[in-house]
Amino acid sequence: MSPEISGALQFLALAGSLALAYRPLGDWMARVYSSDTHWRPEKWIYKVIGAHPEAEMRWPAYLRGVLAFSAVGVLFLYALQRLQGVLPGSLGFRSIDPDQAFNTAASFVSNTNWQSYYGEQAMGHVVQTGGLAVQNFVSAAVGMAVAVALVRGFARSRTGELGNFWADLVRGTVRILLPVSVAGALVLVACGAIQNFSGIHEVGQFMGGTQEWNGGAVASQEAIKELGTNGGGYFNANSAHPFENPNPFSNLFEIFLILLIPFAMTRTFGKMVGSVRQGYAILGAMVTLWIGFTGLMMWTEFHHGGPAFDIAGGAMEGKETRFGIAGSSIFAVATTLTSTGAVNSFHSSYTGLGGGITMLGMQLGEIAPGGVGSGLYGMLVMAVIAVFLAGLMVGRTPEYLGRKIGTREIKFAACYILITPALVLSFTAAALALPTPADSMTNSGAHGFSEILYAYTSASNNNGSAFAGLNADTQWFNSTLGIAMLLGRFLPMVFVLALAGSLARQSPVPETAGTLRTEKPLFTGLLVGTIMIVAGLTYFPALALGPLAEGLAS
Amino acid sequence: MNTSVRNTARLLGAGLRALLVLTLLCGVVYPLAVTGVAQALFDDRADGSEITTEGEVVGSELIGQRYDLPKTDPADADEAPRPDLRWFQPRPSNGLGSNSVNPQYTLILSGATNRSGDNEELIRWVTDAKEAVVADNTAEGYRPRPSEVPADAVTSSGSGLDPHISPAYARLQVHRVAERNHLEVHQVEQLVRDGTEGRTLGFMGEPRVNVLRLNIGLKELAGS
Repeated sequence: MSPEISGALQFLALAGSLALAYRPLGDWMARVYSSDTHWRPEKWIYKVIGAHPEAEMRWPAYLRGVLAFSAVGVLFLYALQRLQGVLPGSLGFRSIDPDQAFNTAASFVSNTNWQSYYGEQAMGHVVQTGGLAVQNFVSAAVGMAVAVALVRGFARSRTGELGNFWADLVRGTVRILLPVSVAGALVLVACGAIQNFSGIHEVGQFMGGTQEWNGGAVASQEAIKELGTNGGGYFNANSAHPFENPNPFSNLFEIFLILLIPFAMTRTFGKMVGSVRQGYAILGAMVTLWIGFTGLMMWTEFHHGGPAFDIAGGAMEGKETRFGIAGSSIFAVATTLTSTGAVNSFHSSYTGLGGGITMLGMQLGEIAPGGVGSGLYGMLVMAVIAVFLAGLMVGRTPEYLGRKIGTREIKFAACYILITPALVLSFTAAALALPTPADSMTNSGAHGFSEILYAYTSASNNNGSAFAGLNADTQWFNSTLGIAMLLGRFLPMVFVLALAGSLARQSPVPETAGTLRTEKPLFTGLLVGTIMIVAGLTYFPALALGPLAEGLAS
Repeated sequence: MNTSVRNTARLLGAGLRALLVLTLLCGVVYPLAVTGVAQALFDDRADGSEITTEGEVVGSELIGQRYDLPKTDPADADEAPRPDLRWFQPRPSNGLGSNSVNPQYTLILSGATNRSGDNEELIRWVTDAKEAVVADNTAEGYRPRPSEVPADAVTSSGSGLDPHISPAYARLQVHRVAERNHLEVHQVEQLVRDGTEGRTLGFMGEPRVNVLRLNIGLKELAGS
C-alpha cells in the first residue's frame, strides 16, 4: 500500500470515529449545559466557591466571572513557577525567571500553551501537574462556557440572561473534560505513554553507561492537552516524543481527541437553538475547510519541494518514522485548524507551502473546527458576518436564527474579527522594525520572516505551536507574546459576550419568504467563502512575503 | 468606589476558591487516580517500556539511542561522534540538546532541528549524511546507490529520539552489518525481516524497524 493511500485511509478512519461520537457527545453536552440538577461533588464545589449556580447572569456579570477567574489563574500560575525552587516535589529544579513565568502563565490560562521553556529540564512535578495541567482543564472549560453563553444568546429572547459562569465552568470540567480525559489517558498508557512519579532516574543503554530520564504524569496531561485543544507538551518535542505519542494508533487517537469536542459542539449548538440542522450547516463549513486543508497539506508534503528535501528524497526532516508524512500532515492540520498547537512533527521543517497551510489555518481564526468553545463562537461570529454580507447583497436587514443583526450586533462581530489580525500584524511589524528581535531567527530570508509571523499568529490566535527555530526565550518575545496571548483570548470574549447579551434581549423575528435559510448548503458555501475572503485578504500580503515566497522558490 | 472595590475583591476571592478546588480535582485527584490505575494495569508501559537483556536494562523500546564508538578523548565535548558500524545505525538527531537550565542533571533534551528546506545548514547536513551513508554501508561486493538512500536515513526526526528507521534503511545496512559481525548476509536479512513492523491494522502509520530491538537480536546472533 502506498503511503498516500494509507494516509487517505487514516483520514477516513478518523472522520468515521468523529462521526460516531458526534451525536452522543453533542447531545450530552447540550444536556450538561441545560440541566437543572447538580451532581453532589458539584454542590460541594459551589459551596467552596460561594456561588449560586441557579443565579442567572447578564453579560457584564458573566464577563466579570471569566476575567476574575482567569486573572487569578495567571497570578497563581506565575507564583507557582516563581516559587518552584522552594516547592517540594519539584525535582530540585530552580524557579522560572519573571519574563518566562509571565509568558507561561499567560500562555496556559489563555488556552494557548506556547512554550518558551523546555519541559523536561525546567518544570517539576508540581508545576506540570498542579499548575499547567490544571489550566489545561479550566481554560478549556472557560472557552466552552463562553461559547455556551453565546448559544444561549441565540436561544433566548426578551431577557439579557446568559446563564451562570461558575456553573458552566464547573459542569464543563466535571461532566465533560474529566471523564473523557480519564478514559483517554488510560488508552494512551496502554499504547506506551508514561505515567509515573519516578522523577529523574538513570536508565541503562545498549552501548553501556546510562542516560538520565525524566518521568512524570505524562499520559494524564497528554489526554487533556489534546482534548482541551491546549497543546503544551510535557517534553520539548511535544507529541513527537515517543513517551507522549508512542505509536501510529496513539497518533490517530490524539488527533481524534483534538477534534472531538470542537466538532461535537455544533450539535450542542443545534440542540440548544432547537434546530440540529443549523448545527449541521456550521459543521459543513468546518468539515469542508478541514478536508481541503488536509488534502493540500498531504499533497505538498508528499511532493516535498525544497532543496534539502530534494536531496534527501522526502520531507522527513522533523517527522517521526512511525507516523510518516501522512500521519504528520493530518496532525499538523488538525492542530492548527484548532487552537491546540500540539505538534507531532516540526512545522518549521515542513515545505514552504506546508508551513503556509499551518499558518493560514490559524489565521482563519481557528474555526474549522477550532478550539473547544472558541471554535464555535468564532464560527458563529463568522456566520453573523456572512448573513450580514448576504443582507447587503439583497438589501434586507440580515437575520440569523430569528435575531436581527443590527448595527450593534455587527459592530461587535466586526470588532471580534479585527482584534487578532491587528495584534498579529502590528506585533510582527514591530519585531521586524526593531534591531534585536531578529537575532532570534534560526533561518534567514523568507523563512526567517515566517518564524516571526508564525509566532505572533500562534500567540494571538491562542494556538501555541511554533516555527520553533525562533529562540523565543528573550525578554522581548516572552513579554510581547504573553501580551498578544492575553489580548487575543480575552478581548474577543468581551465582544462575544456583548453580542450574546444583545441577541438575548431581542424578540424573535418571524421567518418570512425572504429570510436567508441558514440551515441550507447554500449558506454553508457562503460561510466558507466569507471565511476565506475575510482571512485571505487580511493576511495575504504577509503570507506572500513568507511561506508563499519560500514555496514558490522551491 | 468602596463598593466596587469590595465587589471586585469578592469576585477575585470566588475565583481563587474556584481555582483551588479545581486544582485539587484536576491537579491532584485526577493525575493520582490515573497513575494508580495505569500502574495497576500497565506498569511496564507506564514506567517507560524498558527492555532488559541478561538482567540488565538496555534502554526503552520507545526511545532511540546512539550507537557510537567511544570517544578518543573523553574530555573533549566538541568531538564529533563516530558511528560504531558493527551496529545498525539510527536516524540522525541534529536537533537533540542537553540541559542548560538545571545543570545538576545531564538530561537529554528532545527536539528537532527546525531548519527549513532552503536552509544552508540543513542542505549541508543532508548532503554530508547521504555521502556518509553510502560510504559507511559499502561492503565487499555491495555499494548502495545514492538514490537508494531513503529520506529517513539523512534527516533528523521530530523528537531526536525516533526509535525506528524505515525498513529500506535497515536493508541498506545489512551488508555492512553482516561483514562487520562476520555473519552471512541472509542471516542479517532475516533479522531485519523479523524485526519489521507493518502498519497498525494494515493502514496506520508507516512500516518500521526498531533499532534497539534489531541490535539486541544482532548481538544474540553474533554471540552464538
